[in-house]
Amino acid sequence: MSLTAGVVAVQGNVDAHATAIERAARNRGREVTVREVRESGIVPDCDLLAMPGGESTTISQLIREEGIDAEIRDHVAAEKPLLATCAGLIVASRDPNDDRVDALGLVDATVERNAFGRQRDSFEAPLEVDGLEEPFPAVFIRAPAVDDVGGVDVLASWDGRPVAVRDGPVVATAFHPELTPDSRLHGLAFFENGASIGPELERSA
Amino acid sequence: MPESTDLEELRRGTDLVKRGFARMQKGGVIMDVVNKEQARIAEDAGAVAVMALEAVPADIRKRGGVARMADPADVAEIVEEVSIPVMGKSRIGHTKEAQILEAVGVDMIDESEVLTPADDAYHIDKRDFTAPFVCGARDLGEALRRIHEGAAMIRTKGEAGTGDVNQAVHHQRTIKGAIREIEGMTHEEREAYAREIEAPAELVHETAEMGRLPVVNFAAGGIATPADAALMMHHECDGIFVGSGIFGAENPRAMGEAIVEAVNNWDDPERLADIASNLGKGMKGDSNANLPEEEKLQGRGV
Repeated sequence: MSLTAGVVAVQGNVDAHATAIERAARNRGREVTVREVRESGIVPDCDLLAMPGGESTTISQLIREEGIDAEIRDHVAAEKPLLATCAGLIVASRDPNDDRVDALGLVDATVERNAFGRQRDSFEAPLEVDGLEEPFPAVFIRAPAVDDVGGVDVLASWDGRPVAVRDGPVVATAFHPELTPDSRLHGLAFFENGASIGPELERSA
Repeated sequence: MPESTDLEELRRGTDLVKRGFARMQKGGVIMDVVNKEQARIAEDAGAVAVMALEAVPADIRKRGGVARMADPADVAEIVEEVSIPVMGKSRIGHTKEAQILEAVGVDMIDESEVLTPADDAYHIDKRDFTAPFVCGARDLGEALRRIHEGAAMIRTKGEAGTGDVNQAVHHQRTIKGAIREIEGMTHEEREAYAREIEAPAELVHETAEMGRLPVVNFAAGGIATPADAALMMHHECDGIFVGSGIFGAENPRAMGEAIVEAVNNWDDPERLADIASNLGKGMKGDSNANLPEEEKLQGRGV
């Protein structure tokens, strides 16, 4: 049975996530159809979901406007996997310490926006990630960092600050795993996430 | 938790980091602002970034004289005010204005034909900068020359400050048409085409293989309404710059929000009808058809 993946596409780096999801699925012999989510009514059909990077102020405003926010909450409440990256992490967090962003409270952690500075401070670096054997080529663009880790598992840290976390079905990163051809993080979030994809789907694979 | 990550391996200002920044703007609206109050309104309206400048293009047009980079103190104030990225305009070829903007902390520099060019033969060597650049283009040759110089984003030039979308459409169609043309060419035809359009051959091959520009491609120059923004998305732009269209409108906040929503709903005419309703007067504008050749900005910096 083919999986349906959704990429929240109201704003941000959408197509690279779609490509990474397709690659990660192919590496595991799974079929996947990726749908762009710019309106309500699509998320309920999705087995897995990605919330890309972009601007968290814009994304949070548009998902509320379009009625996608409640659907994402229901998706996670149903224990289906979500990968949230950069702005996605900010929107998914419990508290972004900024009233310009409406957070969804899907990751029990607080975040600091632009924790590493402005674009001139943006960087790429190999990053050790729990669950991956080799370092991951991580690209941080005006990236946030997790502040108070609350009840989440930390999968990676940079300079002492948590930059990848897992909270149940949600994996969230401060960096952009979709910007390089390495799709191991998408694999980790969607296909090595315990209960995530559901037993009947696992059998039919 | 792994502890062995090596901080020394960090690299800033790489092509991946610069082009990556541009990709985060996709599907977004970047709004021209001249002070921090406007920047706040733009951020609240859902802009993905603001472009800090001294005067919007429509006013630059009216005023005449030499148009330069904005006062760095004003740019710094805008940088302080908003949480979204701030971009700044430098004159074409004015390496020092660009360095000053980078020092102030702008996240992207627009080497812009809207300002008076400082160098009539060369653009800035953008590869040396940590800050990414966006540059205007009217055709594929211009776009690929700018990318070769280090631009991380291309925007149509359009005809800034007119409120007439005609030239932005023309430039986007010209670029897309040329890409379709090279997609059908053999290797040696592409080599000859590269010489003809004065673009580096390797970028012509890369563009043909990707079926699109190798960097993010925004629309700019004359976009004044939600319908204009949706039209440019229909022409496969990755996002929209709006100059005088927001703060030249009667109700900037409503116009800004509407353009942001129109970009997300560009392919849904019923939603667009709602979004475009009751926004008050748009900017007055000035049709491109009436513009004398010497008043056109788009011919600057080819």
